[in-house]
Amino acid sequence: MSLIRIMFYIMSFIAIASALYAALSKNLVRSIFIFFVTLFALAGLYVIALADFVAVTQVVIYVGGILVLILFAFMLSGRETLNIIQQRKGKFINMGKIPAVILAVLFLAVLVNVILKADADNLPWIKQAIAQKNEITPTSSTIDNIGVNLMTTYLLPFEAISILLLMALVGAAHLSRKEGRA
Amino acid sequence: MITLTDFLLVGAVLFCTGIYMIVSKRNSIQVLIGIELMLNAAILNLVAFGRFDKLKNGGQVFALFAIVLAAATTAVALAIILNVYRRYKTIDPDEIKNLRD
Repeated sequence: MSLIRIMFYIMSFIAIASALYAALSKNLVRSIFIFFVTLFALAGLYVIALADFVAVTQVVIYVGGILVLILFAFMLSGRETLNIIQQRKGKFINMGKIPAVILAVLFLAVLVNVILKADADNLPWIKQAIAQKNEITPTSSTIDNIGVNLMTTYLLPFEAISILLLMALVGAAHLSRKEGRA
Repeated sequence: MITLTDFLLVGAVLFCTGIYMIVSKRNSIQVLIGIELMLNAAILNLVAFGRFDKLKNGGQVFALFAIVLAAATTAVALAIILNVYRRYKTIDPDEIKNLRD
Protein backbone atom coordinates (compact mmCIF):
# COMPACT_ATOMS: atom_id res chain seq x y z
CA MET A 1 0.00 0.00 0.00
CA SER A 2 1.49 3.29 -1.05
CA LEU A 3 1.91 6.30 1.21
CA ILE A 4 -0.62 8.38 -0.72
CA ARG A 5 -3.26 5.69 -0.18
CA ILE A 6 -2.59 5.66 3.56
CA MET A 7 -2.87 9.48 3.59
CA PHE A 8 -6.17 9.22 1.72
CA TYR A 9 -7.59 6.78 4.25
CA ILE A 10 -6.44 8.90 7.20
CA MET A 11 -7.90 12.09 5.70
CA SER A 12 -11.23 10.54 4.76
CA PHE A 13 -11.51 8.88 8.17
CA ILE A 14 -10.93 12.21 9.91
CA ALA A 15 -13.41 13.96 7.63
CA ILE A 16 -16.19 11.40 8.06
CA ALA A 17 -15.64 10.91 11.80
CA SER A 18 -15.64 14.65 12.54
CA ALA A 19 -18.71 15.18 10.34
CA LEU A 20 -20.54 12.44 12.21
CA TYR A 21 -19.49 13.95 15.53
CA ALA A 22 -20.75 17.35 14.39
CA ALA A 23 -24.05 15.75 13.44
CA LEU A 24 -24.51 13.74 16.62
CA SER A 25 -23.20 16.22 19.18
CA LYS A 26 -25.78 17.87 21.40
CA ASN A 27 -23.51 20.81 22.08
CA LEU A 28 -23.70 23.52 19.44
CA VAL A 29 -20.24 24.96 20.18
CA ARG A 30 -18.58 21.56 19.88
CA SER A 31 -20.47 20.92 16.69
CA ILE A 32 -19.20 24.19 15.19
CA PHE A 33 -15.60 23.67 16.24
CA ILE A 34 -15.45 20.05 15.05
CA PHE A 35 -16.72 21.33 11.70
CA PHE A 36 -13.38 23.17 11.43
CA VAL A 37 -11.67 19.77 11.50
CA THR A 38 -13.95 18.44 8.76
CA LEU A 39 -13.13 21.39 6.52
CA PHE A 40 -9.38 21.00 7.07
CA ALA A 41 -9.55 17.27 6.34
CA LEU A 42 -11.50 18.03 3.16
CA ALA A 43 -8.77 20.47 2.12
CA GLY A 44 -6.32 17.61 2.57
CA LEU A 45 -8.50 15.41 0.38
CA TYR A 46 -8.47 18.09 -2.32
CA VAL A 47 -4.69 18.07 -2.21
CA ILE A 48 -4.72 14.30 -2.67
CA ALA A 49 -7.05 14.80 -5.65
CA LEU A 50 -4.32 17.09 -7.10
CA ALA A 51 -6.32 20.30 -6.76
CA ASP A 52 -4.02 22.37 -4.57
CA PHE A 53 -5.49 25.73 -5.54
CA VAL A 54 -8.98 24.61 -4.55
CA ALA A 55 -7.55 23.35 -1.25
CA VAL A 56 -6.00 26.75 -0.49
CA THR A 57 -9.26 28.47 -1.40
CA GLN A 58 -11.12 26.09 0.87
CA VAL A 59 -8.90 26.98 3.82
CA VAL A 60 -9.06 30.72 3.14
CA ILE A 61 -12.78 31.09 2.43
CA TYR A 62 -14.41 28.30 4.43
CA VAL A 63 -12.20 28.15 7.48
CA GLY A 64 -11.33 31.83 7.48
CA GLY A 65 -14.62 33.33 6.41
CA ILE A 66 -17.65 31.15 6.80
CA LEU A 67 -16.79 29.60 10.14
CA VAL A 68 -15.99 32.98 11.65
CA LEU A 69 -19.39 34.16 10.41
CA ILE A 70 -21.09 31.13 11.95
CA LEU A 71 -19.31 31.68 15.27
CA PHE A 72 -20.33 35.34 15.12
CA ALA A 73 -24.00 34.45 14.66
CA PHE A 74 -23.74 31.94 17.45
CA MET A 75 -22.30 34.53 19.83
CA LEU A 76 -25.08 36.98 18.95
CA SER A 77 -27.93 34.56 19.69
CA GLY A 78 -28.57 34.11 23.36
CA ARG A 79 -27.68 31.16 25.51
CA GLU A 80 -30.92 30.32 27.27
CA THR A 81 -32.92 30.15 24.04
CA LEU A 82 -30.46 27.58 22.73
CA ASN A 83 -31.04 25.46 25.82
CA ILE A 84 -34.82 25.60 25.41
CA ILE A 85 -34.51 24.42 21.82
CA GLN A 86 -32.92 21.14 22.79
CA GLN A 87 -35.86 19.96 24.90
CA ARG A 88 -38.69 20.65 22.50
CA LYS A 89 -40.44 18.13 20.28
CA GLY A 90 -40.33 18.65 16.54
CA LYS A 91 -43.31 19.33 14.38
CA PHE A 92 -43.02 19.82 10.65
CA ILE A 93 -39.56 19.89 9.07
CA ASN A 94 -38.16 18.30 12.17
CA MET A 95 -38.96 14.62 11.90
CA GLY A 96 -37.16 13.45 15.02
CA LYS A 97 -34.08 11.30 15.26
CA ILE A 98 -35.11 7.87 14.02
CA PRO A 99 -36.87 8.86 10.77
CA ALA A 100 -33.91 11.13 10.02
CA VAL A 101 -31.47 8.27 10.50
CA ILE A 102 -33.61 6.01 8.31
CA LEU A 103 -33.81 8.66 5.59
CA ALA A 104 -30.06 9.31 5.62
CA VAL A 105 -29.14 5.61 5.62
CA LEU A 106 -31.54 4.80 2.79
CA PHE A 107 -30.18 7.71 0.75
CA LEU A 108 -26.64 6.51 1.45
CA ALA A 109 -27.57 3.00 0.29
CA VAL A 110 -29.00 4.38 -2.95
CA LEU A 111 -25.94 6.58 -3.55
CA VAL A 112 -23.44 3.80 -2.87
CA ASN A 113 -25.39 1.45 -5.11
CA VAL A 114 -25.41 3.99 -7.93
CA ILE A 115 -21.68 4.75 -7.51
CA LEU A 116 -20.72 1.09 -7.56
CA LYS A 117 -22.97 0.40 -10.55
CA ALA A 118 -21.72 3.43 -12.48
CA ASP A 119 -18.10 2.26 -12.22
CA ALA A 120 -16.72 5.78 -12.63
CA ASP A 121 -13.13 4.72 -13.34
CA ASN A 122 -14.07 3.07 -16.63
CA LEU A 123 -16.19 5.84 -18.14
CA PRO A 124 -15.40 6.46 -21.82
CA TRP A 125 -14.40 10.10 -21.46
CA ILE A 126 -12.07 9.34 -18.57
CA LYS A 127 -10.37 6.57 -20.55
CA GLN A 128 -10.03 9.01 -23.42
CA ALA A 129 -8.58 11.69 -21.13
CA ILE A 130 -5.98 9.28 -19.80
CA ALA A 131 -5.12 8.13 -23.32
CA GLN A 132 -4.69 11.74 -24.51
CA LYS A 133 -2.51 12.63 -21.49
CA ASN A 134 -5.22 15.08 -20.38
CA GLU A 135 -4.90 13.91 -16.78
CA ILE A 136 -3.33 16.05 -14.06
CA THR A 137 -0.20 14.33 -12.79
CA PRO A 138 1.42 14.99 -9.39
CA THR A 139 4.29 16.88 -11.02
CA SER A 140 2.23 19.18 -13.22
CA SER A 141 1.48 22.74 -12.08
CA THR A 142 -2.13 23.76 -12.70
CA ILE A 143 -2.41 27.17 -11.08
CA ASP A 144 -1.32 29.30 -14.05
CA ASN A 145 -3.59 27.25 -16.30
CA ILE A 146 -6.51 27.91 -13.93
CA GLY A 147 -5.75 31.63 -14.03
CA VAL A 148 -5.66 31.74 -17.81
CA ASN A 149 -8.86 29.70 -18.10
CA LEU A 150 -10.61 31.91 -15.54
CA MET A 151 -9.85 34.99 -17.62
CA THR A 152 -10.68 33.46 -21.02
CA THR A 153 -13.02 30.46 -21.04
CA TYR A 154 -14.85 31.17 -17.81
CA LEU A 155 -14.90 34.96 -17.97
CA LEU A 156 -18.69 35.30 -18.10
CA PRO A 157 -19.37 33.11 -15.01
CA PHE A 158 -16.55 34.95 -13.25
CA GLU A 159 -18.20 38.33 -13.83
CA ALA A 160 -21.63 36.95 -12.96
CA ILE A 161 -20.30 35.68 -9.65
CA SER A 162 -18.76 39.05 -8.87
CA ILE A 163 -22.15 40.72 -9.36
CA LEU A 164 -23.73 38.05 -7.19
CA LEU A 165 -21.19 38.62 -4.41
CA LEU A 166 -21.96 42.33 -4.49
CA MET A 167 -25.69 41.60 -4.29
CA ALA A 168 -25.14 39.21 -1.37
CA LEU A 169 -23.08 41.80 0.50
CA VAL A 170 -25.68 44.52 0.01
CA GLY A 171 -28.48 42.13 0.93
CA ALA A 172 -26.76 40.92 4.08
CA ALA A 173 -26.05 44.48 5.19
CA HIS A 174 -29.67 45.41 4.49
CA LEU A 175 -31.06 42.41 6.36
CA SER A 176 -28.97 42.82 9.46
CA ARG A 177 -29.55 46.54 9.98
CA LYS A 178 -31.35 47.84 13.03
CA GLU A 179 -35.12 47.82 13.12
CA GLY A 180 -37.25 50.95 13.17
CA ARG A 181 -35.71 53.17 10.57
CA ALA A 182 -38.03 51.92 7.78
CA MET B 1 -3.22 6.40 -7.39
CA ILE B 2 -6.56 6.77 -5.60
CA THR B 3 -9.45 5.73 -7.81
CA LEU B 4 -12.43 7.92 -8.57
CA THR B 5 -14.83 5.59 -6.76
CA ASP B 6 -13.07 6.16 -3.42
CA PHE B 7 -13.63 9.90 -3.63
CA LEU B 8 -17.25 9.40 -4.67
CA LEU B 9 -17.90 7.11 -1.71
CA VAL B 10 -16.44 9.60 0.78
CA GLY B 11 -18.56 12.32 -0.82
CA ALA B 12 -21.68 10.17 -0.53
CA VAL B 13 -21.11 9.58 3.20
CA LEU B 14 -20.58 13.32 3.83
CA PHE B 15 -23.70 14.17 1.81
CA CYS B 16 -25.85 11.81 3.86
CA THR B 17 -24.46 13.25 7.10
CA GLY B 18 -25.53 16.65 5.81
CA ILE B 19 -29.02 15.37 5.05
CA TYR B 20 -29.30 13.95 8.55
CA MET B 21 -28.26 17.28 10.08
CA ILE B 22 -30.73 19.28 7.99
CA VAL B 23 -33.66 17.02 8.75
CA SER B 24 -33.11 16.39 12.45
CA LYS B 25 -31.63 19.54 13.98
CA ARG B 26 -33.66 22.11 15.91
CA ASN B 27 -31.16 24.91 15.49
CA SER B 28 -30.85 27.05 12.38
CA ILE B 29 -27.06 27.25 12.70
CA GLN B 30 -26.73 23.47 12.74
CA VAL B 31 -29.04 23.22 9.74
CA LEU B 32 -26.68 25.67 8.02
CA ILE B 33 -23.70 23.49 8.91
CA GLY B 34 -25.53 20.54 7.34
CA ILE B 35 -26.01 22.52 4.14
CA GLU B 36 -22.29 23.37 4.13
CA LEU B 37 -21.47 19.67 4.53
CA MET B 38 -23.60 18.78 1.51
CA LEU B 39 -21.94 21.54 -0.53
CA ASN B 40 -18.52 20.25 0.48
CA ALA B 41 -19.43 16.74 -0.62
CA ALA B 42 -20.46 18.11 -4.01
CA ILE B 43 -17.20 20.08 -4.26
CA LEU B 44 -15.23 16.92 -3.47
CA ASN B 45 -16.91 15.17 -6.39
CA LEU B 46 -16.16 18.12 -8.69
CA VAL B 47 -12.50 18.11 -7.70
CA ALA B 48 -12.20 14.35 -8.09
CA PHE B 49 -13.58 14.47 -11.63
CA GLY B 50 -11.58 17.60 -12.39
CA ARG B 51 -8.38 15.57 -12.29
CA PHE B 52 -9.16 14.29 -15.76
CA ASP B 53 -9.50 17.74 -17.33
CA LYS B 54 -6.09 19.32 -17.50
CA LEU B 55 -6.60 21.71 -20.40
CA LYS B 56 -9.90 23.36 -19.48
CA ASN B 57 -9.84 22.85 -15.69
CA GLY B 58 -13.63 22.60 -15.68
CA GLY B 59 -13.98 20.73 -12.40
CA GLN B 60 -11.59 22.87 -10.41
CA VAL B 61 -12.96 26.20 -11.66
CA PHE B 62 -16.48 25.02 -10.93
CA ALA B 63 -15.37 24.00 -7.44
CA LEU B 64 -13.98 27.51 -6.90
CA PHE B 65 -17.29 29.03 -8.01
CA ALA B 66 -19.18 26.70 -5.67
CA ILE B 67 -16.99 27.75 -2.71
CA VAL B 68 -17.58 31.44 -3.45
CA LEU B 69 -21.32 30.86 -3.84
CA ALA B 70 -21.36 29.05 -0.50
CA ALA B 71 -19.69 32.06 1.10
CA ALA B 72 -22.32 34.44 -0.30
CA THR B 73 -25.16 32.12 0.73
CA THR B 74 -23.85 31.79 4.26
CA ALA B 75 -23.53 35.54 4.71
CA VAL B 76 -27.15 36.09 3.67
CA ALA B 77 -28.43 33.11 5.66
CA LEU B 78 -26.70 34.27 8.83
CA ALA B 79 -28.11 37.77 8.39
CA ILE B 80 -31.58 36.20 8.10
CA ILE B 81 -30.96 34.06 11.19
CA LEU B 82 -29.92 37.11 13.21
CA ASN B 83 -32.99 39.00 12.04
CA VAL B 84 -35.28 36.10 12.93
CA TYR B 85 -33.66 35.84 16.34
CA ARG B 86 -34.19 39.53 16.96
CA ARG B 87 -37.86 39.29 16.05
CA TYR B 88 -38.89 35.91 17.50
CA LYS B 89 -36.20 35.41 20.18
CA THR B 90 -35.60 31.88 18.90
CA ILE B 91 -33.74 30.26 16.03
CA ASP B 92 -35.75 27.06 15.97
CA PRO B 93 -37.02 26.61 12.39
CA ASP B 94 -40.23 25.01 13.66
CA GLU B 95 -41.20 28.00 15.77
CA ILE B 96 -41.26 30.52 12.94
CA LYS B 97 -44.78 30.55 11.59
CA ASN B 98 -45.23 33.77 9.65
CA LEU B 99 -42.93 35.87 7.53
CA ARG B 100 -44.12 39.22 8.82
CA ASP B 101 -46.18 40.04 11.86
